[in-house]
Amino acid sequence: MNVIRLIVSAGLRDLSRSRWLIGYALGFFALAEGLFWFGGSGPQVVLSLLNIVLMVVPLVALVFGAIHVYASREFVELLLAQPVPRKPLFTGLWLGLALPLAGAFAVGAGLPFVFHGGGGAGFAALATLAVAGVVLSFIFSGIATWIAWSTDDRLRGVGLALGVWLAATVLYDGAILAATAAFGDYPLERPLLGAMILNPVDLARLVVLSQLDASALMGYTGALFNKALGTAGGAAVAGAALLAWCGVPYLMSARRFARRDF
Amino acid sequence: MTLAPWFAMLIAAADLGRLPVDTIVVGPGGAVPAVTVALERAKPGDVVVVTAGRYREPTLVLRTPNVTLLGRGWPVLDGEGKRAVLVVEANDVTVRGFTVTGTGVSNLEDRAGIRARNAHRCRIEGNRVYDNLWGIYLERSAECVVRNNDIRASGASQSTSGNGIHLYQSPQALIEDNRILGQRDGIYFEFSEGGLTRRNVSEENQRYGLHFMYSDSCRYDSNTFRANAAGVAVMYSRGVTIANNRFADAWGGGAYGLLLKEILGGEIRGNTFERNSTGLFLEGATRLEIRDNDFLQNGWAARVFADATENHFVGNHFRANAFDVTTNSRSANSTFDGNWWDGYRGYDLNRDGVGDVPFHPVRLFALIVEQHPASLLLLRSPTVAVLDAAERVMPMLTPEALVDKRPLIKPVRKSAANPGAERGAPR
Repeated sequence: MNVIRLIVSAGLRDLSRSRWLIGYALGFFALAEGLFWFGGSGPQVVLSLLNIVLMVVPLVALVFGAIHVYASREFVELLLAQPVPRKPLFTGLWLGLALPLAGAFAVGAGLPFVFHGGGGAGFAALATLAVAGVVLSFIFSGIATWIAWSTDDRLRGVGLALGVWLAATVLYDGAILAATAAFGDYPLERPLLGAMILNPVDLARLVVLSQLDASALMGYTGALFNKALGTAGGAAVAGAALLAWCGVPYLMSARRFARRDF
Repeated sequence: MTLAPWFAMLIAAADLGRLPVDTIVVGPGGAVPAVTVALERAKPGDVVVVTAGRYREPTLVLRTPNVTLLGRGWPVLDGEGKRAVLVVEANDVTVRGFTVTGTGVSNLEDRAGIRARNAHRCRIEGNRVYDNLWGIYLERSAECVVRNNDIRASGASQSTSGNGIHLYQSPQALIEDNRILGQRDGIYFEFSEGGLTRRNVSEENQRYGLHFMYSDSCRYDSNTFRANAAGVAVMYSRGVTIANNRFADAWGGGAYGLLLKEILGGEIRGNTFERNSTGLFLEGATRLEIRDNDFLQNGWAARVFADATENHFVGNHFRANAFDVTTNSRSANSTFDGNWWDGYRGYDLNRDGVGDVPFHPVRLFALIVEQHPASLLLLRSPTVAVLDAAERVMPMLTPEALVDKRPLIKPVRKSAANPGAERGAPR
């Protein structure tokens, strides 16, 4: 436990001075503030932010995370030369990356809403969006860690991270869209809902949308969707799926880290 | 010194001079304690004044023409949950200033708070019609005025409530300044031509805010229809004018801001469609002029089916809708000209306010959703944003069916709500 705390605080100290991360937070701040300035109301600002969160948070978590792990490799090797158990060390490293990332997002995107009185009617949606962004930060920094500890070649690792980003944000949904068009004669709602759970970006998007009442426009699909995600039980399922998504990359990369030959 | 007393005397003198008018005063403990008695005694031209109190009497039936029923101090006519309350079966009757309540629920008869049956030129004004199965029911009564009534019900479901203001074969009616809350349909016209409905507020009804069928040449102006379970639906009528109304908050799978089915000829002008699942739905609607409306924050701003022909969309604003226009086919029989679209990204070289590049309001994703509703799960996915961007680069992806050849560069008027609020991600 002590090791985790030490490593996390080292990571926090390190990253809180990172210009990239400060820029990331400022970027979200400027964006959300700008949306309010141009006359948006709470729910609409949330909706506008949603797409950007879905694109940018995974991208930054993956690329910045991978680069960060590669950059801290020598530091880790130095630590491993000391009598430090590997598992807590890894947990500390991961949290030391994920917490600043999530924090930068939450502070940057959240402050404008605090200034503008919580976004009024959109408060629930905003809170959901904030949680979604934080969870996405954790998930994709975990995946970045896994990539970086599995691939020794930096270039390949960053390329792989970009590939994962493209697949999760764009290609996956493209494939779903193509499949929907191809198998349009079959009842697809349930398989599609299942497919949405398998991609954290989709899951985060739908959870936020379910708070925005946009679901109401969806007819039968919307009714099913509301039942699946809008109710307490559905929200619990979605939350569990997102938690699992946090855990799986972490466990995989922890295993990788523990068995790795430095 | 004011002139008012003199006017009052003059009017009184004129009244006295014209007819031997009696005023019958009904009140608890007075000479005439029951409204029933007064209605039997009343001669044509009489005024029946009912003073404050609660009157529990058998269904009141007025068969004498040209009688004025006046409530003073909001007398309550109470059906005790067992019967219709007031029925007018004579011409030229005025009913004003009553609280009418308690018809109770019946599956066998359409009990109404106030019913006019074969009663032409009736005036039903300034009443409170609370907790009745049906509120005000005009049946075969022409040229009636229903004005300034407050109608509300707390019926649990569609099957245990009736309509707020119902017109059956009652042409040339004037329905204005009423407020209707929580009935089944707020206002329902059936086989009632040539009516004018204006400045009413119809909200939170169990089914439709406004519903009409087989009612030609009617005009609906400056009404508000808000948060009705299924929005507003109008069917099988011709020559309809719907202007300056507000259709808002019809959310749900089967809810429509304004649904038009088999409407032939007419005008839909200057309305605001706000936060509906579907703003305007055209099915089999023909030769409609749809002009200067604002479509704001709807799921679908307008769904125009291929069987809707020769409709013209001109000068409308489309702002912050998830989908601007969808249709169920690649061919189209309606035209768009000179509308303002917040999704338009064209340019205007000669600065005449009209974009030089045509706008295709039906996006590829919208068409896919129309054909495969399940794909709606991808709403606001980054992939769809990419698809939109791709459509801009490769126009052949976009369905050619509907096109606005002269999209406006700037909105031509200030929209009612949320100016400057854009849809989706800023692009």
